[in-house]
Amino acid sequence: MIAVPRDDLLRLSASALADALSAGEVSSVEITQAYLDRIAAVDGAVHAFLHVDTAGALAQAAEVDRRRAVGAAVHALAGVPIAVKDIVATRGMPTTAGSRLLEGWVPPYDATVAARLRTAGLPMLGKTNMDEFAMGSSTEHSAYGPTHNPWDLERIPGGSGGGSAAAVAAFEAPFAIGTDTGGSIRQPGAVTGTVGVKPTYGGVSRYGLVALASSLDQAGPVARTVLDAALLHELIGGHDPMDSTSIAGSPPPVVEAARRADVRGMRIGVVRELGGEGYQPGVRARFDEAVALLVGAGADVVEVSCPHFDYAFAAYYLILPSEASSNLARFDAMRYGLRVWPEHDQAASAEEVMLATREAGFGDEAKRRIILGTYALSSGYYDAYYGSAQKVRTLIARDFARAYEQADVLVSPTAPTTAFRLGDKLDDPIAMYLNDIATIPANLAGVPGLSVPSGLADEDSLPAGFQVLAPAECDDRLYRVGAALEAMLHEQWGGPLLDRAPALVGMSAC
Amino acid sequence: MSDPIPGITRNDVAHLARLARIDLTDAELDHLAPQLAVIVESVTKVSEVADADVPPTSHPLPLINVFRADEVTPSLTADQALSGAPAVEQQRFSVPRILGEEQ
Repeated sequence: MIAVPRDDLLRLSASALADALSAGEVSSVEITQAYLDRIAAVDGAVHAFLHVDTAGALAQAAEVDRRRAVGAAVHALAGVPIAVKDIVATRGMPTTAGSRLLEGWVPPYDATVAARLRTAGLPMLGKTNMDEFAMGSSTEHSAYGPTHNPWDLERIPGGSGGGSAAAVAAFEAPFAIGTDTGGSIRQPGAVTGTVGVKPTYGGVSRYGLVALASSLDQAGPVARTVLDAALLHELIGGHDPMDSTSIAGSPPPVVEAARRADVRGMRIGVVRELGGEGYQPGVRARFDEAVALLVGAGADVVEVSCPHFDYAFAAYYLILPSEASSNLARFDAMRYGLRVWPEHDQAASAEEVMLATREAGFGDEAKRRIILGTYALSSGYYDAYYGSAQKVRTLIARDFARAYEQADVLVSPTAPTTAFRLGDKLDDPIAMYLNDIATIPANLAGVPGLSVPSGLADEDSLPAGFQVLAPAECDDRLYRVGAALEAMLHEQWGGPLLDRAPALVGMSAC
Repeated sequence: MSDPIPGITRNDVAHLARLARIDLTDAELDHLAPQLAVIVESVTKVSEVADADVPPTSHPLPLINVFRADEVTPSLTADQALSGAPAVEQQRFSVPRILGEEQ
């Protein structure tokens, strides 16, 4: 038995850890303990986790080691620990969705995503921080305080899934689960130098996710390499009878595509509307270089136009609040979650208790969006707002369909800028919303998208992301392009981008 | 094309908060109302291209009704279902009074 040094355990990809586990070079308990120690050392500064399940993770790891020792057949990723966004219901582990309303709630059931991780034997390290009910692009809307970007602790890690991205970037987990309603996997990936994938809508079960906008939400992988994302995608994806919007067909061959990493003959469409004004020069420069690398690898590049993407932001901020105001109506203080009585009134009615509870339990951003959605759906305004937004959604889907006649995949910068400073956009909702300008169209149309690191911007030496979009159910194309680009960039850089991130040990948050 | 849409006022926000069952404070109304007015203004753009002949999309993939066999499967026990309840009485959810004082 060859012992793997502990520091290397943290640096190895999930795929390499899986190989070391199956070769008997390391135990799951050793790996899981190394990650728990890393969390103990750096999470005070990063605050990626809302809950760490030390005992549970080690018990799951020991069980996998026992199964392997007796020669039982186990999943290829069995024993590789994982972090899970706190929007995923996990039996026996608190699930707050970053909100006071659900503080201390321990679900009596597992989301399908969580159940698949358990069945496959992936020890769950804990639950990661997020903007309240996944509303935000910075994690600053978490009721439990923001997550700090491991590249610069004074900056945002993106959102809403900033906790999952930061955990992976800070080597507190090999990979993680995220959810993406308008960019909440991809944008945090871009600003933390990690890989994030939003699968095709319906590709991964939504059963047991705390719902934000049901026609947009999609769970997916957060990882340090494209192959790791594919392995996790394959594990959590596929049909689930518990989700009526789950796709019944056979899932796309994402792992095979990531291993193939070949773009020869692929037509790559650069979206004219995603990348002009408002995009930081350093983000733009890394994007252009990435496109040039893909051309060098044998891809053909065409420019495509998606004119209605200019309306995606407006449509999204009508559709999302409308669905959210309806979904969040379930937090009524009756069956689970917070219950607050109006002051000095123990005889208050259910309605009065509901008013007091929702006032106390929701943060600013949730209130803004619930009120906006209530407005957009109110009689007299419905056609002008929600109705028009649904029509724009059709126009965006048609833009995608036309673009995919000319190109196999579409590409753009993932986010217009690198990570901004905590607090900079907290009270300017429009500025905050514009972070998702390039990621929103995919959610509206239900198509899959991936973000892979493209390098560091010259202005600030912070990570930038390269987004790849593919037609619905063609998620494998994301991985072909993402893995090919990743391999070429790693060669250029002499290793992964995260090798250049600060070590963090001994640092504390400001 | 739709008719021009009026803006959103502080009174509108107070009314909407009531409809959404959120008891906003005066300070919150002062803070949120102008922000919401700006957001509403920026999203009215959708009406520029939402012509009458464009069909609406409610969902990214075509939805069909989903059936399954009518078989009994395991579900939550009463204790599990009540495990997150703010108050429980006689194995039931205990809730504040529903009717007004006079009813």
